[in-house]
Amino acid sequence: MIEIQELSKRFGKTQALQSVDLRLQEGQSIAFIGPNGSGKTTLIKCILGLVHPDEGHIRVRDTLVSGSFGYRRHIGYMPQVGRYPDQMRVDQVLRLIRQIRRPASEVSLDEELIDAFGLERFRKKRMHTLSSGMRQKVGAALAFLFDPPILILDEPTAGLDPLSNELLKDKIRRQRERGKLILTTSHILSDLDDITSDVLFIQDGRIVFFKTIEALKKETEETRLSKAIAQIMKKEKGDG
Amino acid sequence: MGKILGYIIGDIVRNRIVLAYTLILLAFTLGLFLLEGRPEKAMLSLLNIVLIVVPLVSVVFSTIYYYNSGEFMELVLAQPVDRTSVLLTEFAGLALALVLALLIGVGAPLLWHEQSLLSFLLLLAGALITTSFVALAFLGAMLFRDKARGIGLALLLWFFFALIFDGLLLLALYSFSEYPLEKMMLVLTMLNPIDVGRMLIVTRMDAAALMGHSGEVFREFLGSAQGWAVTITVLLAWTALPLWSAVRIFRRKDL
Repeated sequence: MIEIQELSKRFGKTQALQSVDLRLQEGQSIAFIGPNGSGKTTLIKCILGLVHPDEGHIRVRDTLVSGSFGYRRHIGYMPQVGRYPDQMRVDQVLRLIRQIRRPASEVSLDEELIDAFGLERFRKKRMHTLSSGMRQKVGAALAFLFDPPILILDEPTAGLDPLSNELLKDKIRRQRERGKLILTTSHILSDLDDITSDVLFIQDGRIVFFKTIEALKKETEETRLSKAIAQIMKKEKGDG
Repeated sequence: MGKILGYIIGDIVRNRIVLAYTLILLAFTLGLFLLEGRPEKAMLSLLNIVLIVVPLVSVVFSTIYYYNSGEFMELVLAQPVDRTSVLLTEFAGLALALVLALLIGVGAPLLWHEQSLLSFLLLLAGALITTSFVALAFLGAMLFRDKARGIGLALLLWFFFALIFDGLLLLALYSFSEYPLEKMMLVLTMLNPIDVGRMLIVTRMDAAALMGHSGEVFREFLGSAQGWAVTITVLLAWTALPLWSAVRIFRRKDL
């Protein structure tokens, strides 16, 4: 569903992405893992067309990303904490995006998360008065609202309380079963354990490995994702 | 795009700075007409205030607004919308709100006192200078990621067009005072939107008689339909060109 070829991006002196090649299929739930500044968010922003790569191409459902914008109707995006317009009220954000994405007459919206998170109670609050967890709920509700085939979630569980965390993870799991492609970045590895099928490890703008969870666990003989990753990182360091 | 425009206008109109701007313009205009007995003199003072304050507020406020809308832009541009239309919508929102402030602050009291061609021209020039400084602000904001530098550049732009440019023009005039420069001056004046606006109005006033031979050339030029059309086109170009350049850069920009 997403095809990335030879993608490179440089910000001044730092090489944010270096010849990244990837093919992502429906039904996959991929965890982007890597240290801070490793290029995860840059890669996501390239897919969304927010950052223009220096070299290489991205195709989303066979549409070339550069120069087009219609392909974004297939994507639901949940940005990192804090990246929301401060002065807008919750209901304004929801209404605006709804009006941008589809004319009033069209059919079903997936409002499950709006109800589950009880966003109705905060609808008149401005975004900057909300706690980071509450903003995350707005972001998550928006990403799932239009039932898109591709979901991109940047640090989705950061700041969420345990109950909402479970609600969101359950939602992600069910969406994956419905054959969607889900991309998640997170530093909280324990959260990723039961919602991902594959792990993409990025460091210094390069893909270190891209493997299924089963393969990883088998290789390291660990049962928990966090332990398996830690072991691989240790090994990488030892080899280097 | 109508929805985004509606939201942006609503957001700016409720902004306290825009409200203060409207009230200050209103106070100046009312004050000038109440305190100054001769309308022509009041008009000249009003012209000078408008030519200083309008570009300053337009360029600085638009720059700050652009930088503060970063998150909003990111949210909107992650949706299936085109970058060009988002930037043009933000431009339209700012331009409409600031022109509205001008029409309420200066236009309402002015037209109440003086329904003349001159009043109309003053508002027209003020409106076109507003849109061109909003466009210049956008162009400037494309050059720096850093907000403080962007605001610095905005102030510099205002300083250049409001003060330095005329200084340089005078310098040129004195240095080459032996040569007939009137036509040349006419062309050079077109390089500054504030001066174009001033020219549009002053040549219709009796004060133009004090401007000597240059004033005569300017009057003659603006007296013809052709000159009039050229001047308005130049003022419009002062909005269109910076805006077009800003859009071109914005399309390739990393957010």
